Amino acid sequence: MNLQEFITNSINESTVQVFSTMLGVDLTRGEFSLENSAPGSNDGVVSFIGLAGPWVGSGSVSCSPVLACRICSQMLMTETPSVNEDVLDAIAELTNMIVGGVKTDLEARLGPLGLSIPTVVYGRNFKTKSAGNTQWIVGRFRWDGEELEVKVCLAPHEKGAHAAIHSSQAYPLEV
Amino acid sequence: MESDVLVVDDSAAIRKILQRVLRQTGMAIRTIHEAGDGQEALDLLKNNPVHLVLTDINMPKMDGLQLLAALKADAHWRNVPVVMITTEGGEAKVGDAVRLGAAGYVRKPFTADQIKEKLVGILEPALPL
Repeated sequence: MNLQEFITNSINESTVQVFSTMLGVDLTRGEFSLENSAPGSNDGVVSFIGLAGPWVGSGSVSCSPVLACRICSQMLMTETPSVNEDVLDAIAELTNMIVGGVKTDLEARLGPLGLSIPTVVYGRNFKTKSAGNTQWIVGRFRWDGEELEVKVCLAPHEKGAHAAIHSSQAYPLEV
Repeated sequence: MESDVLVVDDSAAIRKILQRVLRQTGMAIRTIHEAGDGQEALDLLKNNPVHLVLTDINMPKMDGLQLLAALKADAHWRNVPVVMITTEGGEAKVGDAVRLGAAGYVRKPFTADQIKEKLVGILEPALPL
């Protein structure tokens, strides 16, 4: 299994497990694709978290305001009619758990990785951009007609000399 | 005898969930204090003794491992059990926590049963202060 397939499986398992355990929701397996870093316009809630170590990258979770409120309501067992601090905090923690699960899986293969504190953005018609020409592995999951996107990009750190040693391929993502 | 617990996590969502889960366990818990990072936890403990600390690892200002080390270095808090509840599931972080004296380790995401199972054996022998 190359690293791209490994990350795809890990995103899928981590996302399904977090929704099942913390929200009691059974998500079906997501549809996955590779996307370039070209920024698109976003509406809704986007959360980012950084990965660092011999490999570096980011994880992201994004969804509509409606789904963000639904996630928060289910997670905290409270009514959440509009995006507020609780919603942003819930999405941040969701990102932390999903990408944290991916990170733990990756550590067995790539060595120790660090995870940053998540950052959440809520707004309309904003753009996001990751530095460099990084490709993202994107998983799309659906819950009651709303879509949740989970994205991960990862590349060997320039000074991470032992990155290739832990991996079955030197640069499997071709980034 | 009822116990007092301190929950330390920079996520208010997780603190709320743990409040609910701890109440659902049926364990005799009197007060659940909350702190958003390790430093806030140490400040709170000055005036609020507890029987158990549940802490995240990745937090701003002072992380959970630093908090654990500070508590174990203080004769007053050394015997208070500290359980790590974190997304950090790698062997290195678990090893660090065990080496520093963590009483338990629960990975996020967690279920109420997992929390209860972990705490039953830890909280009961920890009483009284």
